[in-house]
Amino acid sequence: MQQVLNGIFAGSIYALFAIGFTLVFGVLDRLNLAHAAVFTTSAYVGIELVADLGLSIWLAIPAVLVMGAVLGLVIERVAFRPLKGRHDAHFAGLISSIAVGGMFLALLQARYGPDTRRFPADAFPSTDFELGGVRITLLQLVILGVSLGLMLGLAYLVNRTRLGRGMRAVAENPHAAAVLGVNVDRVTATTFAISSALGAVAGVLLAFYVNSAQMTMGFNIELKGLAVIIVGGMGSLKGAMIGGIALGLAEVFAVQYVGSSWRDVVAFGLLFGILLLRPQGLFGARQVREV
Amino acid sequence: MRIRTASVSTAAALALLVTGCASEDPADTAAPAPQASGGGGGSGEDCVIEEPVPVGAALSLTGAAASYGQSQQKGLEVALDDLAEKEGVTYELAIEDDATDPKQGIAVFEQFISREPVSIILGPTLSNAAKTTDPIAQEEGVPVLGISNTAAGITEIGDYIFRNSLPETAVIPQTIAKAKESLGLEKVVVMYSNDDAFTESGFTAFEAALEEEGLETVETLTFSKADTDFRALLTEAKAAQPDALVVSGLIEAAIPLVTQARELGIEVPIIGGNGFNSPQLMADAGAAAEGVIVGAAWNSASESEENAAFLEAFEAKHDGKPDQFAAQAYTGMMLVDAAVRAGCSAERDAIQASLGSLQDIPTPLGTFSFDNREPQHPAVVQIVEGGTFTVLD
Repeated sequence: MQQVLNGIFAGSIYALFAIGFTLVFGVLDRLNLAHAAVFTTSAYVGIELVADLGLSIWLAIPAVLVMGAVLGLVIERVAFRPLKGRHDAHFAGLISSIAVGGMFLALLQARYGPDTRRFPADAFPSTDFELGGVRITLLQLVILGVSLGLMLGLAYLVNRTRLGRGMRAVAENPHAAAVLGVNVDRVTATTFAISSALGAVAGVLLAFYVNSAQMTMGFNIELKGLAVIIVGGMGSLKGAMIGGIALGLAEVFAVQYVGSSWRDVVAFGLLFGILLLRPQGLFGARQVREV
Repeated sequence: MRIRTASVSTAAALALLVTGCASEDPADTAAPAPQASGGGGGSGEDCVIEEPVPVGAALSLTGAAASYGQSQQKGLEVALDDLAEKEGVTYELAIEDDATDPKQGIAVFEQFISREPVSIILGPTLSNAAKTTDPIAQEEGVPVLGISNTAAGITEIGDYIFRNSLPETAVIPQTIAKAKESLGLEKVVVMYSNDDAFTESGFTAFEAALEEEGLETVETLTFSKADTDFRALLTEAKAAQPDALVVSGLIEAAIPLVTQARELGIEVPIIGGNGFNSPQLMADAGAAAEGVIVGAAWNSASESEENAAFLEAFEAKHDGKPDQFAAQAYTGMMLVDAAVRAGCSAERDAIQASLGSLQDIPTPLGTFSFDNREPQHPAVVQIVEGGTFTVLD
C-alpha cells in the first residue's frame, strides 16, 4: 500500500510535467523541448525563494507558476514565433527550443553554480499521518492536491471556456480559426504560458518531494515525460495524466517485484509493450486531436 | 599539450644531466644531489640541514574538489608554523593548484619533479588524479605522500608512493565491528549505488565486513548515483525490518536518502560509507541525520596532546574548525618532518627510505605507523547526535 502511494506521488509529478508537454503538442502540433529547462529553472528558483528570501512554500508555488508562464511566453517569442512562417516550422521549432533550453540551463549554472541545491532542513511542515501502516506527509498530500487540481483546472479551461474553444479551434485548423475571428497568435502564446506554468510547478513540486535540485534533473524527467505522452497518446491530456501515474507505479512495482537494478528496464519496457499493442497510445486517436 | 611534451623532454634531459655530473646549479639539485646541502649533521631532533627542504603540494584549490583542497592548504599552513618553531630543519613549501583536473595535475607534478624540484610531493587531492600523476613521480624516483587518497590501488603504483589517509577498506570493518558491538545488530539491509566505482568498492568492503562479523544481510538494494527519490527502495527496506541500514553512496544521494528514510518512519541507525562523512549531512538533512553512523580517519574530539595542539593552532590561525582533510594534511607535513629528521637528509631516496620505516609517531590522527606505505592508525566510529558527530561507544 505504501508502495502504491509512493508511485502515485511520483507519478502525479510526471503527469503534471507531461501534461504541459502534451498541451503544446496537442494545440500547436509542436514539441517544445525547452520544457525540461523550465522545470529545472523553477526548481532552483523555488529553492532560492524559500531558502534565501524566506518565502513560505505555499507562496513559492504560485510564484514559480507565474515565472513559468513568463518563461513560456519567452520561449514562444524566441524559439517558435520567428519560425512560424517557415514550411519546416515544426522541425525548426524543435531544434530552436533545444537551444533556448540550453540557454536557460547555462544562465542557471552561471547564477547557482553546478552544485546540488537544497531547501533548509526545517522548510517543510513535518506533519505526517499514519493510517493502517501507511505514512503520508502533509507535503505529499499538497503535491498530489496541487497536481490534480491543476490538471482538472486545465481540463475545465480547455473544455468549458472561451479560451479553450479558441485553443481547440487552433488545434483543429489555425487558418480556419483565424478566419473565424480567433486571435491565433494570442491563443498560441497563452498555450505556451499555461504549458510552461504547469512544467514549472512540476519542477518545484519535485524539488519539494526529493528536497534537491540538480542541473541534470530536467534530462531525467524529459525522457520520462516523452515516454508518458507517447504512451498516453500524443496530444491527449487524459492520456498524459494516466500515463504519468502509470509510469510512477510501474517504477515502484519494478523495485518491489523485480529488483531495484531493473527499475528503468521494467518501467520503460512496460511502456514499450503498450505501444506495441496500441501504437496510437492509450488515448490517442490518429485523426482527431483531443485538446 | 605542447608545453607538456616539452617539459617531459626537459625532465628526461635533466635526469640525464644530473646523473652525469654532480650538482652545479643549486636549483636543480634538490633532486638527487644534495649530499652537500641536504646531508646535515646529527639525526632526529638534533638534525641540522642548512638549506630549506623544498616540499611540493599539489592540491585542488579550484574546481569541484576546491573545498577539500582549501582545507588541506589551511592544514599545511598550520603545520609549517608549528615546524618553524623546531630547530635545525626549515621547509620551503610550494602549493600549486591542479584545478581538480588530472591533466593539470600532471603539469604540477612535472614542475615539482624537474623545473622547481622538491624533495617530496604531497597530494594530489583526489584519488583519480593520483592515479594519473603518481606513476610519473614513481618513474622519476620522487616520493609522494597522498594526504586524502582513499581509493584502492594507490600505493600499488610503486615504492615511492605513500599515503596517510586510511582507505575505506580499513575504516569500514572497524565501523561495522563497532556498530555491532555497541548496538547489538543482527540483520541489516544494504543499499548502494552500483554505477559509481567508489561506492561500489565501498559496498564490497561492507559486504566482506558484514560477513566477517556474522551479520545477516536480509536484502541488498541498488540505486543510481543520480537518483533522488528513494521512497520505493526504502519502503522495501522497511518491510524487511532490519536492525540497521548499511548504505554506500555519495553525499548527494546520502542526504535525500536519510531524509526520506526518516520520513517513512525508518528509525533504525543508518551506517554510511565515506560519502556520509561530511558536515553537509547534518546541515542539509537536519534532524533526519540523527543516528547516522560513519567511520572516519580522524576523531576531532580526541583529547590526545597532538590533537589538542593541532586544534588550538588551527583555530588561532584560521577562523573556524578544521575538518579531516586539514588534519590529514597537517599530519602529512609532520610525517615528512619526521622522515627528513630520521635520515637527516633532504635527498629524495633518503626520504623515501625513512618515511617507509616510520613507526609509532604521535599525530593528531592517533599513533601512526606505515606498513608497506599504507597508513596504520585507529579509525574512529562516529554517530550523529544533537546535530554533530560524536564518538560511538
